Amino acid sequence: MAKKFKNKTLAWLDYRLPIFSVLREALVDHPTPRNLNYWWNFGSLAGIILVIMIVSGLLLSMHYVAHVDLAFDSIEHIMRDVNYGWLIRYIHSVGASMFFLIVYIHISRGLYYGSYKSPREVLWWLGIIIFLLMIASAFLGYTLPWGQMSFWGATVITNLFSAIPLVGDSIVTWLWGGFSVDNPTLNRFYSLHFLIPFIIVGVVFLHIVALHKFGSNNPTGIDLTLKQEKIPFHPYYTIKDFFGFGVFFTIFSIFIFFLPNSLGHPVNYIPADPLVTPEHIVPEWYFLPFYAILRAIPFKLLGVLAMLGSILILFVLPWLDTCKVRSCRFRPIYKQFYWIFIFNFIVLGWVGSKVPEGHYLIISRICTTYYFAHFLIILPILGKFEKTLPVPLNIFKTLKVKKK
Amino acid sequence: MKTIFFVIFSFLFLIPVLHSEEKIILKKQDWTFEGIFGMYDDLSLQRGLQVYQEVCSVCHSMKRLRFRELKDLGFTEDQIKKYSETFEITDGPNELGEMFTRPGEPSDTFVSPYKNKEEAKASFNGAYPPDLSLLTKAIKNGPDYIYSLLTGYEDPPKDFELTDGLYYNPYHDGKVIAMPPPLYDDAIEYIDGTNASLHQLSYDIVNFLSWAAEPELEKRKSMGVKVILFLIVLTALLYVTMKETWSRIEK
Repeated sequence: MAKKFKNKTLAWLDYRLPIFSVLREALVDHPTPRNLNYWWNFGSLAGIILVIMIVSGLLLSMHYVAHVDLAFDSIEHIMRDVNYGWLIRYIHSVGASMFFLIVYIHISRGLYYGSYKSPREVLWWLGIIIFLLMIASAFLGYTLPWGQMSFWGATVITNLFSAIPLVGDSIVTWLWGGFSVDNPTLNRFYSLHFLIPFIIVGVVFLHIVALHKFGSNNPTGIDLTLKQEKIPFHPYYTIKDFFGFGVFFTIFSIFIFFLPNSLGHPVNYIPADPLVTPEHIVPEWYFLPFYAILRAIPFKLLGVLAMLGSILILFVLPWLDTCKVRSCRFRPIYKQFYWIFIFNFIVLGWVGSKVPEGHYLIISRICTTYYFAHFLIILPILGKFEKTLPVPLNIFKTLKVKKK
Repeated sequence: MKTIFFVIFSFLFLIPVLHSEEKIILKKQDWTFEGIFGMYDDLSLQRGLQVYQEVCSVCHSMKRLRFRELKDLGFTEDQIKKYSETFEITDGPNELGEMFTRPGEPSDTFVSPYKNKEEAKASFNGAYPPDLSLLTKAIKNGPDYIYSLLTGYEDPPKDFELTDGLYYNPYHDGKVIAMPPPLYDDAIEYIDGTNASLHQLSYDIVNFLSWAAEPELEKRKSMGVKVILFLIVLTALLYVTMKETWSRIEK
């Protein structure tokens, strides 16, 4: 580890506190597969949007007031009176959507190229933990403006805990800090919303430690043994990640400056009113697939369990997928099921935004069943019977095949 | 692979069939503030302020707006000061512990027609005229919806039972609304002499309400154009740099 630094002060300090050599190892020298495609940009994108969310959130917290009578007004104060307050708030609210979009693509990439398989199971787990923390943080954050959807969303979701047998109602009262969603609820939600991002930073750190243990997976999914198959992270992937940032910031800006409210629900611009229930209570778009699973099942407790299970099942995915070949490139049948799964997930999101009646309910039930069947039936069986294509010994063979 | 995409696309064509619920079509207007370069029409905003002042403000508050913000409409500071002084503001308590009234100042918010929500509800049999500050933002397709609602009052169909004190409006939820038709041809006389048709009145007030809900819109869009142009150039340069860097190992 002890790298020589030319600067004497740096060398002196690094000898005693080796952060510089660690950073150099991680960001400069780290040997990375040379065949990573653009789908591998989404990890660094998730990192940069996390930083953007923390910085913009910190600025918002300097003006926000967590009180049921003042929260909504304080948001409007930010939008109207604070210098560039509208920009900070739109960065934060659009940023939440972007964060989920990026992470969904990041997870999908892992699913496609089998990045969850041995020896990267713990890396995969840490990713799921980050995803769960993001869900919690996004839900808590959405209640803070104390608009109609904030209030009723908080009411619906906290009420899910009442499905727990025997102690459910007591738990809900405990969560609320009272007998309804009220000021104590808002206060603790704000407090937790401020805390969770920093826990995410900690888990992201572990995620990177686990990543660097075996290095990135790559589009072929094979273990890299040749020296020429890897290149130093800098400058090749630093510049590629910067290019990714450029593309992402452009798309992000289109939403911030021209479509800032297109991803949110208009009803949240009406202050919370416990006496008036909105016509449809729907969560933000990134929760809709899970909301659809929740409502597809007629029994509340089972619905809650299915919703939780739909994410927790990812923890055992490395063992449900019995195929030894990682990448979809060499699994022609799984590749088709993969796209059906993605499509099924999007349909779940679409029905999640509808009232669960008639054909919407039927579709949501079919899709929920398929979601679980993909993990519990298709993947274990497919691994045993699928005839995979011949896997190359090193990445150069596939690279050459691709160029022809 | 192709068959999968075929199935997916055929499903996409099915979506409109599933969407066959009855939905009323809004009267879509060409708003000047739409689109990438869309900005507000200042003269329409000024007329809209007059419509709010003379018609809407009798029942509706607009509590998030401050007089000083009227600068965006093209008024001078003197005009705004004079305008705000025509309102009486309750302030206090003073050193004797009493509330007092004073003329309005540019930093004051628009004056609400009621002391509180309860008083408003009491005057309207429980129906509460909502605050208008954020209205266009708080409804899906807000501007077109409010325009359609204001111009959409009509006689109820023959078999439609209408309770006294309610009005028929197909654009409102349940087709019934407690607000009497607020605008009609020549409801007010415009200061600038524009013909005050129902269309013009509705168009102007919706412009004004849209500005009130999103006063930052003009600044936001002009900044957005610059930011995005900058990012496109920066991204292009990064792309070239990336290609140059990678060309070292791709030989």
